[in-house]
Amino acid sequence: MVIDSIGMKSLGDRFAAEEVKGRSLWADARRRFFRNKAAVAGLITLITITLLALFGDALTTWTNEELDFNVMGQIAQLGGPSLENGHYFGTDDLGRDLFSRTLQGTRISLMVGILGAAVAVIVGTLYGAVSGYIGGRTDQIMMRIVDILLAIPFMFVIILLLVMFGRSIVMLFIGIGLLSWLNMARIVRGQTLSLKHREYVEAAQATGVSTFTIILRHIVPNLLGIVAVYATLLVPEMILTESFISFLGLGVQEPLTSLGALISEGAKTIYYGTLWQLCFPLLFFVLTLFAFFFVGDGLRDALDPKDR
Amino acid sequence: MALLEVRDLGVSFATPDGTVNAVNGVNFTLEKGETLGIVGESGSGKSQLSFAIMGLLAKNGTATGSVKFSGKEILNAPPHVINPIRANQIAMVFQDPMTSLNPYMRVADQMAEVLTHHKGMGKAEAVAESIRMLDAVKIPDAKGRVGLYPHEFSGGMRQRVMIAMSLLCRPELLIADEPTTALDVTVQAQIMALLSELQRDFGMATILITHDLGVVAGFCEDVLVLYGGQVMEQSPVDPLFTTPAHPYSRGLLRAIPRVDQEGEELDSIPGSPPNMTQAQTGCPFAPRCDFAREDCLDHLAPLAQFAPDRWRACNRTLEELA
Amino acid sequence: MTEPLLRVEDLRVTFELKRAGDMPWTQPRLLHAVSGVNFELFPGETLGIVGESGCGKSTLARALIQMVPGTGKAIWQGKTDLLELSRREMLKYRADIQMVFQDPLASLNPRMTVGQIIAEPLKTHKPDLSGEEVKTRVKKMMDRVGLLPNQINRYPHEFSGGQCQRIGIARALIVEPKLLICDEPVSALDVSIQAQVINLLAELQRDLGLAMIFIAHDLSVVKHISDRVMVLYLGREMEMATSRDLYSDPQHPYTQALLSAVPIPDPVAERAKVMIPLDGDLPSPLAPPSGCVFRTRCPRAEARCAEKVPEFTHGAHGVACHFPGPLIGAKKAVERA
Repeated sequence: MVIDSIGMKSLGDRFAAEEVKGRSLWADARRRFFRNKAAVAGLITLITITLLALFGDALTTWTNEELDFNVMGQIAQLGGPSLENGHYFGTDDLGRDLFSRTLQGTRISLMVGILGAAVAVIVGTLYGAVSGYIGGRTDQIMMRIVDILLAIPFMFVIILLLVMFGRSIVMLFIGIGLLSWLNMARIVRGQTLSLKHREYVEAAQATGVSTFTIILRHIVPNLLGIVAVYATLLVPEMILTESFISFLGLGVQEPLTSLGALISEGAKTIYYGTLWQLCFPLLFFVLTLFAFFFVGDGLRDALDPKDR
Repeated sequence: MALLEVRDLGVSFATPDGTVNAVNGVNFTLEKGETLGIVGESGSGKSQLSFAIMGLLAKNGTATGSVKFSGKEILNAPPHVINPIRANQIAMVFQDPMTSLNPYMRVADQMAEVLTHHKGMGKAEAVAESIRMLDAVKIPDAKGRVGLYPHEFSGGMRQRVMIAMSLLCRPELLIADEPTTALDVTVQAQIMALLSELQRDFGMATILITHDLGVVAGFCEDVLVLYGGQVMEQSPVDPLFTTPAHPYSRGLLRAIPRVDQEGEELDSIPGSPPNMTQAQTGCPFAPRCDFAREDCLDHLAPLAQFAPDRWRACNRTLEELA
Repeated sequence: MTEPLLRVEDLRVTFELKRAGDMPWTQPRLLHAVSGVNFELFPGETLGIVGESGCGKSTLARALIQMVPGTGKAIWQGKTDLLELSRREMLKYRADIQMVFQDPLASLNPRMTVGQIIAEPLKTHKPDLSGEEVKTRVKKMMDRVGLLPNQINRYPHEFSGGQCQRIGIARALIVEPKLLICDEPVSALDVSIQAQVINLLAELQRDLGLAMIFIAHDLSVVKHISDRVMVLYLGREMEMATSRDLYSDPQHPYTQALLSAVPIPDPVAERAKVMIPLDGDLPSPLAPPSGCVFRTRCPRAEARCAEKVPEFTHGAHGVACHFPGPLIGAKKAVERA
């Protein structure tokens, strides 16, 4: 008993001893995540893009609404990317600065994506956890509601909403928010079903902890891993949805734009030899999506090391 | 020539946190028809030892040393050497039979496949042999049940099917890794009785890997006590139980409540089994040992013979332990 | 005679696998997990419940705290029938009856610190305690069960199996229960750790005057810790006696077979042991045999066993068997072999 002599110390000493800091599962996951090069690269890309979208305007003298009358009418010849006139990414066919328009578009796209994912995380997680944990008839009814909502062709509904109430960013958010949480609720419910028979949940029930507290304290924190992974994969999905709507011409209204709208414009004008109008928004779009996918994959590996 | 000769077998795993030495310097010889028990707690490396012998280590594992089966080196041997041996001469039985049986195949097909594949038997002949083997493991109405799926058998019956399957090619060596841990006592008794009987009838050598000293006492001739990847004591079964010569085997025997004796307070071993992911020096048992002194923390005496057929690895002499 | 802490009368737990009347022609499919169990538990006493998997031992315990619905009576301290209480009324009694679970790691929420885990019952039942007071009590309890109090902020995965079970025990004892239900508390632990936990439980029970229901499939462990032992088979009581009587002089053929199957860690004793082999498998609980449920595997079974359910003889050494008696079956088995 050489090492266990700690046990011999007096009671007072043991109580006075400095509390050891624990290493939570989250801390473990963080360590694993930062060891994953692709995920870290994705994260850095994402941070860079976000910072650019938020503060990038300071880098240019042009706003996204100004028309540059010097290049107007000769976009193909003069509107290309250039450092001299300050249009780093060139201009669009109206002579507006593409750099600031791309940044502004990225801002909208990220906002749509993150808002959609946030609604999914909050509503979907709670809805799914409650449905799965309570079970029985409540579960039946709650999940049938999800089924019904999923059965509605959402694109049609969003288009209808946008046509009926006019194109507005609020409408777009509502449409995407309505849709995004459905799959999340299903995934979370499935996970909850397996969690609710864990012994620690049983232990809480046996001791009389209230249902709502059990859901919040024991179910939801243990769901967060899968929720985090799914949310990072949901963001690009939402961005794609918004892009599609914008591509159809129903998205945000001019002079505001989004990556989807910019790509759509760029695709239309490619005929005039203004390739940069497509390339720069597309580059941002692809980079953002890839970054999210890499981060999502990294998160999954980090949170569930057994699967590797 | 010994059937199985293991010399200085070591197993290590490369993990993101560094190298883990799961097993160190294991030596034993197994003759035809002998039974060896390998006893250890979780993390003692007992299962990895058998995986290494069978060449079934996980991808990040490396085995060193030598394992000779009938004089032929099989450790780290190429597939064309090990595969025929693994199929015909060494068989393994695992703790959970359900993981080793294909749930979508009838038992008859699974068993017959082994025979048609390895022995080149015809289908009808193979099924007939399978039924004979199921009879041998005392599955009632073997003929009627051979067409069932694995999930239609109870846990004990499934383990019998698994044993029958492993015996199909008449192996010379059977490695049973915790074959009864998932079973109830009465079923465990049935399976252990069956294994001894089969072992006698077929003349197989058997390695029984278990944490249960009771099972070892009833089944094995020789015992290897593993702790933290090191062999602590190696001995024929009777003297191990009457005069255990290592503080660990001693402590273990005193810590088990017995159904056939009046119990007083159990002498528990303090502390916890070592965490194998942390590098360690010296005797793995030292932190929990009543007889440990400073030197135990930095080196462990090699396994040394102290009586006929008995070996121990301990820095303290037998007199010091008295 | 003192008042029993808990008196269980004719406890039954039936699971409806298929409801009657889902369709007009559906017959209900009922699984009788526990059928008519009676026992009394006195303060400070340990009752061991043994049986093979599927015998209903865990279900029985869970029925007592309304984790599964049971019928019959479970009279707490001679007054309240626990089975009749509503969810809200039951809450009061939950602090008195705490449970220790089988899988030490799985019974602890991996996202909570040890301090939070142990404090949970305290926060549920004594919500007005200050945070400081809760922490002090948790630390005291950690020390009591042999954990270092400075580990309070650590997470379960940083502890070994034995330590996790200590955390589980601390969580159960922090609200000062009168009855502790241990459901296979040591079967997932290493042999060398089992003894630590058993000793700890025995010591705590002695010091705190706890009553304990100790459920296990390991007969040697149950023998070691229990004052009285009940043997269950297919949800029915087969035999109940003091630990000493049951193990030295078992009357029921099932108990005898069960005992003979336990491997003894002593080669000489193990070789000398008389085994009573049980034929066949456990019958399906969905279609238990008529009469005595054990008759299909019983060496003593006769025609009468199929017709009549044997009455459980109450008293110091209760048996449910038409032909109880000391080991005569064993001799037969030896002759046969």
